[in-house]
Amino acid sequence: MDVSTFLVQSLNSVQYGFLLFLVASGLTLIFGILGVINLAHGSFFMIGAYLAHWLALKTGNLFVAIALGLPLSFLLGLAVERLAIGFLYARDHLYQVLLTYGLILIFNELQRILWGNDVHGVPTPAALSASIPLTEAQSYPVYRFFISLACLGVAAAMYLVINRTKLGMLIRAGASNREMVELLGFGVKRLYAVVFALGAALTAFAGMLSAPVNSVYPGMGEHVLIISFVVVVIGGLGSIQGAFVGAMLIGFVDTFGKVFLPEAASLSVYAFMAAVLLWRPQGLFGVRPA
Amino acid sequence: MRPLSRPLLVLLLVIVALLVAFPQLAERYYVQLATKMMIMGIFAMSLDLLVGYTRLVSLGHAAFFGLAGYALAVLQRDLGLVSLWTTLPLTLGICALVALLVGALAIRTSGIYFIMVTLAIAQMLYYFANDTRALGGSDGMFIGAKPSAEVFGLELFDLKNRVTFYYFALGALVASFFLARMVLASLFGRVIDAIRCNEPRTRALGFTTWRYKLAMFAIAGMLAGLAGYIGAAQDGIVNPAYLSWHQSGQALVIVILGGMGTLYGPVVGAFVLIALEDVAAGITEHWLLFIGVFVIAVVLLLPRGIASLPIVEMLGRLRRGGTPPPRPIPEAGDD
Repeated sequence: MDVSTFLVQSLNSVQYGFLLFLVASGLTLIFGILGVINLAHGSFFMIGAYLAHWLALKTGNLFVAIALGLPLSFLLGLAVERLAIGFLYARDHLYQVLLTYGLILIFNELQRILWGNDVHGVPTPAALSASIPLTEAQSYPVYRFFISLACLGVAAAMYLVINRTKLGMLIRAGASNREMVELLGFGVKRLYAVVFALGAALTAFAGMLSAPVNSVYPGMGEHVLIISFVVVVIGGLGSIQGAFVGAMLIGFVDTFGKVFLPEAASLSVYAFMAAVLLWRPQGLFGVRPA
Repeated sequence: MRPLSRPLLVLLLVIVALLVAFPQLAERYYVQLATKMMIMGIFAMSLDLLVGYTRLVSLGHAAFFGLAGYALAVLQRDLGLVSLWTTLPLTLGICALVALLVGALAIRTSGIYFIMVTLAIAQMLYYFANDTRALGGSDGMFIGAKPSAEVFGLELFDLKNRVTFYYFALGALVASFFLARMVLASLFGRVIDAIRCNEPRTRALGFTTWRYKLAMFAIAGMLAGLAGYIGAAQDGIVNPAYLSWHQSGQALVIVILGGMGTLYGPVVGAFVLIALEDVAAGITEHWLLFIGVFVIAVVLLLPRGIASLPIVEMLGRLRRGGTPPPRPIPEAGDD
């Protein structure tokens, strides 16, 4: 492997890692604060991608589509929290798994009814469709840089919100002691709804960003869901930091796994997870359960 | 494991008698559908051993269902084994062995991690089958011949006959039920009971609890393998869908729908859900929408399943002792 291939693959790894981070951080945020395991999280990724496809088709511009799609998915997250997830806070994980599994079936069918079974491509915005030449044979698409930058921006914003704002303070407090936050007189219900919707919007945003790279197809959310489970298991559930490290590790393992061991590409990620579990069952940044 | 109450036992016997009479009364399509239901019943029952009795919520149980199907297909194609008496024990052995390996990894975690790890491992097998050309990739593998039940040249029964196959599945279902009850009634089962109620305390009593959980995981994997073996033999084909997490999810839905921690509940749940799916699929192409709504309704309205309906509860209470049934899973999160 020469240097430029290595560079391209590394950039791909980072870009994939960033996308995974957006999805996994939503998952881990929802679990850490609401105590809910959300299988339908991948559905928001799919919904984001389809919204990008549909709105970009209607408006002719991916950025407008994203600007419209983000509030839409936030509202959808609020609605799902109110109508379904809200009943689950005190319930066993088993029921959370089942209810959100039911949600997946519903979202998948709705997607088929609304957009059909075809695979759709989403054109890369013209302003970002260029490639940066690295060597004579290789170049790197600008749009992928844009994905990484956008994700980096979101990650930085998330860091600031969680560590510097009152909402972030409540989120951190809610994650460590829900009852106490409630006793101090803060509207935990509203906080939960906002966190869930934020998580949904983050994931939908990842779906929108990746639509031009990966195209849009039925069932796309499930693959993302399972990979982000792996990320969260590796990083430690409930830890944003863990989600970031886990996502980057999986980004590299997946991308370089495909390069070095193409025949076992789909297994490398899981083998890596197994190795981490053998070493630290609670994940890299997880706290060992008492 | 408490003894079944007499009315409940009578009810179950009536159901089995009806199932025995069924092929004489019904059309071919429904005989095959009922066979499918019984296979799903075995599969869901095996998951109940984990979810209802051991408090291990697995979302990757289809791994063993599909593994058994692929094991049967590979044994037949590559080793030329066609006899039921060789392929079935070999398949079950493979499933138990893989379940030991998977379990050894998964049982290191608990609660929500266990859910995610079992899902991830099952998904790994799914992609492996899907991407391996020798296993037919996404098309899967044909199972050309039904397993033959020949002993020393004497054919005991012929599984190519649909009705015989139906009775074979019914026999497997009844046998699995009693086998599972035997396991749960044994000393081993008492320890499993104790682990579900309070694992730290059981550990403090000197039991190496992870070994018991692992053994239960292997037993459940083997039983799921029995279901997968019969399922693949019935379909004559095995494909990655056998391993998919929708298969695992469906089994989990069935366990809850029927009532976990009862063994018979999941079997009833399998009949109800598959019948419902069959009806819904006849009405609209988008039947999964209804199933999704139904699943959510069950979780919100009937979390303890059909077995908790007043009439069934009453049947369960009418017996000598009259103690209330134990509740398998208390309502609280375990993070």
